[in-house]
Parts: sequence; C-alpha cells; structure tokens
Amino acid sequence: MPAVSKGDGMRGLAVFISDIRNCKSKEAEIKRINKELANIRSKFKGDKALDGYSKKKYVCKLLFIFLLGHDIDFGHMEAVNLLSSNRYTEKQIGYLFISVLVNSNSELIRLINNAIKNDLASRNPTFMGLALHCIASVGSREMAEAFAGEIPKVLVAGDTMDSVKQSAALCLLRLYRTSSDLVPMGDWTSRVVHLLNDQHLGVVTAATSLITTLAQKNPEEFKTSVSLAVSRLSRIVTSASTDLQDYTYYFVPAPWLSVKLLRLLQCYPPPDPAVRGRLTECLETILNKAQEPPKSKKVQHSNAKNAVLFEAISLIIHHDSEPNLLVRACNQLGQFLQHRETNLRYLALESMCTLASSEFSHEAVKTHIETVINALKTERDVSVRQRAVDLLYAMCDRSNAPQIVAEMLSYLETADYSIREEIVLKVAILAEKYAVDYTWYVDTILNLIRIAGDYVSEEVWYRVIQIVINRDDVQGYAAKTVFEALQAPACHENLVKVGGYILGEFGNLIAGDPRSSPLIQFNLLHSKFHLCSVPTRALLLSTYIKFVNLFPEVKPTIQDVLRSDSQLRNADVELQQRAVEYLRLSTVASTDILATVLEEMPPFPERESSILAKLKKKKGPSTVTDLEDTKRERSVDVNGGPEPAPASTSAMSTPSPSADLLGLGAAPPAPAGPPPSSGSGGLLVDVFSDSASAVAPLAPGSEDNFARFVCKNNGVLFENQLLQIGLKSEFRQNLGRMFIFYGNKTSTQFLNFTPTLICSDDLQPHLNLQTKPVDPTVEGGAQVQQVVNIECVSDFTEAPVLSIQFRYGGTFQNVSVQLPITLNKFFQPTEMASQDFFQRWKQLSNPQQEVQNIFKAKHPMDTEVTKAKIIGFGSALLEEVDPNPANFVGAGIIHTKTTQIGCLLRLEPNLQAQMYRLTLRTSKEAVSQRLCELLSAQF
Amino acid sequence: MQFMLLFSRQGKLRLQKWYVPLSDKEKKKITRELVQTVLARKPKMCSFLEWRDLKIVYKRYASLYFCCAIEDQDNELITLEIIHRYVELLDKYFGSVCELDIIFNFEKAYFILDEFLLGGEVQETSKKNVLKAIEQADLLQEFQKVH
Repeated sequence: MPAVSKGDGMRGLAVFISDIRNCKSKEAEIKRINKELANIRSKFKGDKALDGYSKKKYVCKLLFIFLLGHDIDFGHMEAVNLLSSNRYTEKQIGYLFISVLVNSNSELIRLINNAIKNDLASRNPTFMGLALHCIASVGSREMAEAFAGEIPKVLVAGDTMDSVKQSAALCLLRLYRTSSDLVPMGDWTSRVVHLLNDQHLGVVTAATSLITTLAQKNPEEFKTSVSLAVSRLSRIVTSASTDLQDYTYYFVPAPWLSVKLLRLLQCYPPPDPAVRGRLTECLETILNKAQEPPKSKKVQHSNAKNAVLFEAISLIIHHDSEPNLLVRACNQLGQFLQHRETNLRYLALESMCTLASSEFSHEAVKTHIETVINALKTERDVSVRQRAVDLLYAMCDRSNAPQIVAEMLSYLETADYSIREEIVLKVAILAEKYAVDYTWYVDTILNLIRIAGDYVSEEVWYRVIQIVINRDDVQGYAAKTVFEALQAPACHENLVKVGGYILGEFGNLIAGDPRSSPLIQFNLLHSKFHLCSVPTRALLLSTYIKFVNLFPEVKPTIQDVLRSDSQLRNADVELQQRAVEYLRLSTVASTDILATVLEEMPPFPERESSILAKLKKKKGPSTVTDLEDTKRERSVDVNGGPEPAPASTSAMSTPSPSADLLGLGAAPPAPAGPPPSSGSGGLLVDVFSDSASAVAPLAPGSEDNFARFVCKNNGVLFENQLLQIGLKSEFRQNLGRMFIFYGNKTSTQFLNFTPTLICSDDLQPHLNLQTKPVDPTVEGGAQVQQVVNIECVSDFTEAPVLSIQFRYGGTFQNVSVQLPITLNKFFQPTEMASQDFFQRWKQLSNPQQEVQNIFKAKHPMDTEVTKAKIIGFGSALLEEVDPNPANFVGAGIIHTKTTQIGCLLRLEPNLQAQMYRLTLRTSKEAVSQRLCELLSAQF
Repeated sequence: MQFMLLFSRQGKLRLQKWYVPLSDKEKKKITRELVQTVLARKPKMCSFLEWRDLKIVYKRYASLYFCCAIEDQDNELITLEIIHRYVELLDKYFGSVCELDIIFNFEKAYFILDEFLLGGEVQETSKKNVLKAIEQADLLQEFQKVH
C-alpha cells in the first residue's frame, strides 16, 4: 500500500506542508503560516459558501498549524459543520479537529453534542465509533451530562457490534474519570462484569479497563469480577501460544489483557480458597514461564512476557499473603538485578522496593545488598542509580544501616546534582532512625555537611541540634566533634551553624581541655564569622552571648567584638539589634539574670522528624511510607495473620515518630492516597484537621511555649514549617504592651493573613486588649509586627488566645496559640526585711488566703536558676529572710486597675526527694491559686 | 496513559494525544520539558524515567521518538510494547513507515492511534482488527469519491 493512495486528494494540504518544510528559517515559516491563516480566515469569512471538501482541507491545515505549535483561535464553527456532513471523511476530519482542539465554548459544545447524538442514534457503527472516540477524547463535563446515561445502554445492548462495545466501554471510563458523579451505577454493572466472559478478546480488554476503574470506587458492586477474571487469566496463561491468534504477541498470549486482569485483581484482597488456588496456579505458571528458554530472541517477546511477570509480582506483593510466592518473586527479581537489559534492572530495583516492605520477603531482599550497592557504583544511567538509592533506603534496617549509610555517603561524593538533596535527606533519616550509638549519628550528619553541605537543608541541621539537645549522652561528643570539624580551613557554612549552636550550648563540656579552652573556641568561631551570611552571623552572635554566660573569662573579649563598629553599626538591622542588645545585656545583667536568660535550651518536644516530612513532601507520601509502619499495617490489615497482636501493641507503646502526626500511618499501604494537597502546607493541614472541631485546636507544643513565657517576656512563641511567631513585651503596673512578630518562613506569600485576639467571656471583663489589624499579605521571608496594648482590669486566670488564619498556596492555614499574658506580669516587686515579711505572712493566715502545692522537680534543682525564675516571675527575691537559707521567699504587689493585691511566696526545695513545696499567700484566694499554679509549672 | 507525544530528533513535535484535560499552556510547557529531557538521554540508557509524578516510557524508532506518560501503578514494559504495536500498525498501513509519512498524513496517524488506544487505554490489540477498521474507513472514502 503506497502512501500516495492514502491521500484523499487534499493536494492543497500536501503543498502547504511541503512549503513549510522548505522554509529555510523560523521567520520564513512564521511568514508562510501567517499568510495561510489570513487566507483561511478570508475563505471562512467570505460570502461564497464553501463546499465540504474545502472546509475539510482548511480545517486540516489549521490542525497542521496547531501541531507546529501555533495557537488556533478560529475554525471551530467550520469543524462543527463538518460533523453533520454525510461524507465520512469530512465528518472524520471534523471530529479530529474537535478532539485535538477542544474548546470549552459552551455554545459550540451544544452543537457538538447534537452532532454526536445524531451519530450515536444512526446505528451506523462507523459513525457511532467516531462519535464515541470524540467523547472519549474531549471527556468534558457537558459531554458527561449529555451522554453518561446513554453510553451504558449502548455498551450492554445485545445487538451492539463488538467494535462499538469496545469504544463505549472506554468512552464510559473516560467520563467516569472526569465526572464520576454523573455516571449512575445500575443494572448495567452486572452485565458489564459478564463482558469478562466475552468471546471477543478486544471487548474483554476494553471492558477490563472499565471494570478496574469502577471497582476501585465501588468494590462491592463489582466483586463478582474476581472469579471471572481469575478464570479468564487462567485460560490465557495455560493456552498454547497459537490459540489466541492475533491476540498473541510475539509468542506471548494476550499480554495486554493479562496485565489488565492482574491489575483488576489488585483491587481486591486475596480471594476465597477455591478461587485463590486457581489464582496461585496462574501466578506460579507465570513465574515458571520466566525460567523457560525464550521462544524468540526479539526484545518484544521478552518485554511482553516480563510485563506480565512484573504485574504478577505486583499482585503477589500486594496480596502479601503467600510467603512461597513472595520469595520466588524476590529470587526472580534478584536474577533481573544482574540482567544485561537496563530496563529490566531498573524495574527489578523498583519492584524490590515494595517487596522490601513485606515482612515475608524483607530478609530475602536484604541478601541482594551487594548487588544493589554495586549498581549504585556502576550503573551508567542516573535513573537506574536513583532506583538503587531508593531500594537501599527501603531495605535498610538496624542490621545493615551502618553499611548502607556508609555506601550512600560515599556515593554522595559523586552523585548527580539532581538527586543529592534527596540522598542527603535519606541518609539523615536512616542515621537517626537506626542510630544505636548517637556518636555515629553525629559523625554521619557532619559528614553529610562536609560532603554535600549545599544540599543539607535547614531541616537536617535543625534536627541534629534537636537530637543533641535532647540526648545528654552525646552532647560532649558533639561539642568535641564540631570543634574538630571547624578546624578545617574551609568548612561549609552549615557546619558553622551547627558548630556555633552546639558550642554555644555545650562548649563548656570541652572547655576543660586546654586545646579547646573558651578563648580558643571563641576565636575559632569568630574566624569564620566574616565569611558567613547574615543569618549565620546572627546565630553566631547568640553563641557569643551564650559564651558570656558559660565562660565569664571571655566576656571582655566578646564585649569588644560586640562593641566594634562592624557590629554595633552593622547595616543589617537584625545584626545591629542583636549586637546592641547582647552588649547591653552582658553589661547590665547580673550573673543570675544572665544565667536565666541564657539558660541551656530545654529539650525539644518529641515529634516527627521534620526531615521525614520533607522527604514525604518531595516524593509524595506513597513512596516514602515508613518502612516499619508499612510492615505493621500489612500484618494487621491485610493478613489478619498470626501476629497482629504484638505488632499493634508495640505500635501503641512506642509510636514511631511519624505515625501520630501525619495521620498517614493509618492509611492502608496499597491504594496510597493522593500526595499532600499543596506544597509544604499539606502536612500541617493534616496535623490540624486530624482533630477536627469547630474551634481550631491549640497548636502542638504551644502549651510548653506558653509556660516558658511565664518568667520571661521575649522569645519565640510558636514555630512551624511556615510561620514563626515571636514576642517582645513589657509591663508596668497594670499596663503592658506586647509586640507580636509574624515571620513568613516560606518563599511564598501568605494571603488573607488575619490574626485575631480572643478573650473568652470569662476573661473579657478582666483584661482589655487593643490592637490594630495587620496587612493581610505577608510576603515570603518577610516579618510583620503587631502591637497589642494590654490593660489588666482585675485579676484573671485564663489566657487570651491568638488565632491566626491565612492562605498559603491553595490551602487555608489555622494556627491558635495561647498568648502568654498571665497575672504575674502585673507584679511589682516589693523589698522588705525579714521582720516585715513574717508579720505580713501571719496576717494572711486565713485558709482561703493560702494556697500550697507540693510537687516533683521537673528540671535540675539549681539554686541560681531558681532565683532567676522567681525574679523573672515578677516578685522581689528576699535574701536572708527565711531562717533556712535553702528556701526562697518573695514578695510583690499585683497591680490591676481596680485594686492592688499584696503577694508573698515561699519555695522550699527538698533536694533528696527532688521535690518542692510552694506556698502562696495573698489577700485574694483566686490570686493565690493562679500564682501558685503558674509558678509551680516553672520548676 | 496520560498522553503520548511523537517528536523528531530535532525536537519537532509530530503528533500529540492528550488523555487528561490540560490547558494549551500546560501542554506546551510539558512538551518542551519532556522533549528536552528525553533528547538529552544517551542511547543505551533505560527507557523509563520518573518525571514529576509520572513515569515516562519512551523509545526511539529511526528519527522519531515515541514518548508516553503513564501513572505510578501502570506497567512500563507493556507501555513500551504499546509503542511498538503502534509503530507496527503505522508500518503496516503506510508500508515501511517513515517520519515523512506521519508528517504528510498526520490525520491518518491520529485515526490509527484512536482505533488502537482510546481514552488512554488499549482498545484493540489485534493488528488485524485495527487495520480492518481503518481500511473500512478508507473504503467508505473511495466509495464516496466514486459518487
């Protein structure tokens, strides 16, 4: 059949295409196209009615121009006209134009739908086919409205021709995908299921696709398809290669249909024993065939055969119930790992990743570790190496973590830039998850920074700091290691950040060694200072002021640095402010105050590793489901096997850090949900929407932060991946002023940013808050400030709530935190002598005036810290008043608008028992009660 | 399948078929990116790659690249054979198909594709049946010419 005979005489089109091909330059081409467009436009607009042939030719030219990448904004009407032509070729070109250049112009859609309706009713199978193809290509909602009811009838009618049935099935599938609500389930569904028995394999193929999609959403309705699919599959895999005639592809019987049937079976759990036996036989046959010598040397033969094999393995992994099959699958994939075909190696690595999460095959997968590591080193194709990294990550457990982490680290040195960040995240997660010895963890992360510092995101270095702060067994080692790492002449800025932070907290642990004396530590850090960016320099300034507290001997040196013009007059506001404030702080504050303000960071609340969240964000949750979680769920959900009980209890007693926060853990592993809706916001939304209620729940961790503010006025109140809220406040008598700083941590705008201060009905009469609204748009990286004026009318217990709503990306974010405005903020300290104190103490001896609390120490019982806290609480700390010098007493007056309340307090530590007794005496019971509550939580 | 693209070694698009609703702008952007990515790959590399949240399956036949985007749970190897079967269909219809046949008879290339794949799913895998449908249509056309 020579090509010429296929042309249907559109000479003009052929000439035009030749012209375009002969154009020597892009400009010439555009010129020629514009000329043609003008010509067609004038023809379409001309008075003379065009005949069908010309219309067809011009519409075809427009299509060609569109394919060249130009926009086409006319000709739709002419194409629609062609639809109602009696000539097949004209109709066909009309439909093609509509299919390729869909336009949501509703008026046209009505006309198109009319033409389609006529063709569907024509009972001419060729015309019906064209109409169905058009619906399947456009698949718009209007079309679904018009035809979703009609097509099922065509599909199951007894006299419909096979080819029309095939088109109808896939057409319905397309409509169901775009507008499932418009496709009504009904009697037709059971008849569709029986198409699996149809004689025509083409019909079965099309119907299987439809049934698979429908069954995913309506499993009950289609569950009879399981046994039909199994028997169909069984007939195919046992057939001789010639039985299926034209449906045999390179000696493989019906590979497309086999793949689809296996896919359909994945919508259901393993079937009943009878059917299950037959299915197992099928799967075994498929696995056996893989071992037979190939019937053809053509790659098509092996591809088709292995396509079925991989689909069978997916089903085996999905069912996760036949250990024997799982191990066979694993061995088969193991063979492929060393196959000469790159494609097979790629797929084997990919498939093994899922196999690694089954408890039956996890160990079997692990035996291939050397091959996979070798793939990482020798594969020439980055996408294959990427799969190898994924598989190593999936097969990692405590037994092989050191080896895998070491291999990934060494690969990282030469890895493609495109996948470095992901490898960094994976190494960081594995190192944390499988660390038995946290010194290994610290070494690993520092190595990460050394090898690929640019790809170490904030999450990673934040995390190492969190872990070091939370684990006191590793703090000394961390300090020593960062100190040594900082000796390198050129070290990455991320190392300076980690080093600065860790030495600022724990530098004292290595200061005894003359080689890392305070001054040497400081000089080492400061030698990096000038090479660093502003945020790092800001961090280092904080380290310096922490040094002032840790090492009084270097205070003058540090003060000199802070006092220098390059700090005090730095053009950057943040740096300047830090320098000024820290210098002032180091000058005016007593050692006690310094000790409090610069106290060691309290442990971070245990939460999901932010790194894991980041990796999930990068890859979508389905690909990074926590290995152990998956294993647990599988054994619980799918199998109901022998050991769900211990697995689920262990899941409860030691929740994996990811399980509770993300709410992803609960989802069954196979039909993994869609990735988090929009960017990084997704995860957080999940966190909040988890405990859905009318009132936005308080942000996690805000309770702790709130308590931290009872004895101090400035700091970070709240922080998540998007938003940071900082506070600075000052109080005098019954008035106060609070500056709230909202920092957008992302690079994207926050829109409709609305912070609201909420005082409950109980609180309102006692506390007046006044503020102005802030700008509703917060640019990425920007900070906005809000001032709140505070008046305490009378004593109060509750705290106001700061509720923030904003739009980030596509989603609304809701953050609510308690605002730390507490009664003690209105304290004025009162100094008094011992005699006065006891006299007043006795005056307040009514039972209602005294509140006492005995409680266990939550923090180390350090005298200096305790003193600082009492001062921070607002009362005066009275020395030499209590006859027992170990006790603390304080006095002050709470100022409210209506009244003043004198307060006395006494704190008696018991070091042996690690307990405190706190006694509050005031003239008002509620005040005693509230102050006692607030202060008790501080020790 | 989400879409299929045919493009030349020079990066010229020869055929595009989309099975998901996307704006023209998005289509152009995707096409540009993918053509670039695929053309940059070396001959012996594997035929599959991850791209955004899709899997790309591609194969080169002479001067033409055939490139399909499938979803996460779809089968790569069978998609590779979808491409091959489509090439076989074109070859049988045009007789030793070459890029020029597809340029000058792009509408036929579309009709053949639509008989083979519909809505992104395989409709008919039998070579005979697909070609029979196309030839019947050609006959209709001849018949009309006579009249």
